[in-house]
Amino acid sequence: MKKAARKTATKASTKAAPRAARMTTRGTSTNGAPRMTVEMTVNGVRRRASVPPLKRLLDVLREDLALPGSKEGCGEGECGACTVLIDGRTACSCLVPAAQAHGARVTTVEGLAKRGRLTALQQTFIDMGAAQCGICTPGMLVTSCELLARCKGRVPGDDEVREALAGNLCRCTGYQKIVDAVRETARRAKRVAK
Amino acid sequence: MSLLRPRSLGAALGAMSASASNGAEKLIPFAGGTDLYVVLNAGTPPGTRYLDLWGLRELRGIRVGRAGVTLGALTTFREIRDHAVLRRKLPSLVAAASEVGAWQIQNRATIGGNIANASPAGDSLPVLLAHDAVVHVRSARGGRAIPFAELYTGYRALSMAPDELIAAVEVPFPPAGARAFFRKVGTRRAQSISKVVCAGVLKLDRKGNATHARFALGSVAPVTLRARRAEEALMGIPASAAALAAARAALERDIAPIDDIRSTRDYRIAVAGNVLEQFLRIADPRYLRV
Repeated sequence: MKKAARKTATKASTKAAPRAARMTTRGTSTNGAPRMTVEMTVNGVRRRASVPPLKRLLDVLREDLALPGSKEGCGEGECGACTVLIDGRTACSCLVPAAQAHGARVTTVEGLAKRGRLTALQQTFIDMGAAQCGICTPGMLVTSCELLARCKGRVPGDDEVREALAGNLCRCTGYQKIVDAVRETARRAKRVAK
Repeated sequence: MSLLRPRSLGAALGAMSASASNGAEKLIPFAGGTDLYVVLNAGTPPGTRYLDLWGLRELRGIRVGRAGVTLGALTTFREIRDHAVLRRKLPSLVAAASEVGAWQIQNRATIGGNIANASPAGDSLPVLLAHDAVVHVRSARGGRAIPFAELYTGYRALSMAPDELIAAVEVPFPPAGARAFFRKVGTRRAQSISKVVCAGVLKLDRKGNATHARFALGSVAPVTLRARRAEEALMGIPASAAALAAARAALERDIAPIDDIRSTRDYRIAVAGNVLEQFLRIADPRYLRV
């Protein structure tokens, strides 16, 4: 299932890649301000939006593409609540102009579960009580995805998880359970692989 | 608000050149957006015309040469962290790259952006200064090289013309046998802006005399600076506790920290001295010898 999604994503992004987002005169807003067309593959689906040139990726996801899973916390790259993956790498979507995601694969928390089935990471967060109020959870999950991908089946150490998640703040102070859940996910995956 | 997204460096330089002449409103270049969007989100935009450099391939890539590396301006801190040669030959640059914000920032923030943003607290800047880096700038008129030590002329002021863009930064490898050092002191281990940030390179000869000394600091003056008096106090003298004490005393005359939101002048002076001591002791245990 995952594989199929990835396949579509690759296809779509190859198609979109060569052209950069640029200003269009066709799409102008009601007050005549310039807009640009941004096309990206969001959670495996090709999406398009016509947006003001400097509009943030976070706002395009939440407002134009109806994906409110990514949150805005600090608006300055400290809290990580807005973390998404751009071509597999984490970024604070509140610091990225949507135009720079043109042609890219973007993954938000909504893209983790497939057809209502949670990923192992999400299930482990639930099992181990790693989500409290939930505001930081989308960012924690998304950043953990990059970490687990980088680990390639290895179980990351406690310090390693803490360093990877240093840009995701949790004000319920649930850090220990979050770190444990990420490590447990890697452990479970290893057991399954065996 | 307008955004230009040139397809080539030539087009970007053309746009810079046009904005620098005929009284046009200035064009604000940016790359990963990690500094720019903080001020945009705060509702204090620095202008209305922006130039997106992120897509310019000519400004990407790490080239390894015999005497050093050349980092394209768009090299991200993540790319620096992950680069095998840099990890081996320029560990202090890798250490700095690993402490710029967190992963989300390191994936997007660029070395060129860190230089251009010209914050006195910029994490990579003391490393560039301690390694005698050279900044390569380009404009439609041509290119030129600016020694990093001559780049900043004052608080957030660069010795660059309005039509110039940073294309790359060249970082020489330290002399063979030299020890390199990086230390950032902030309120939290990860993610915080530094109270004091420093980098050093030190080489001693067989007799223990310092033959090459660089100590550069951020957050202790309006610009990132080299502690030249402290360096001089070390040069040509055998490593000893007396040499360390002399360098530490000289350091106080090199720096001009202030009280601000992140720390106090006194704290910064004490910490800068402590970090210099730590560097020297790690570099050579003879600096402990009375």
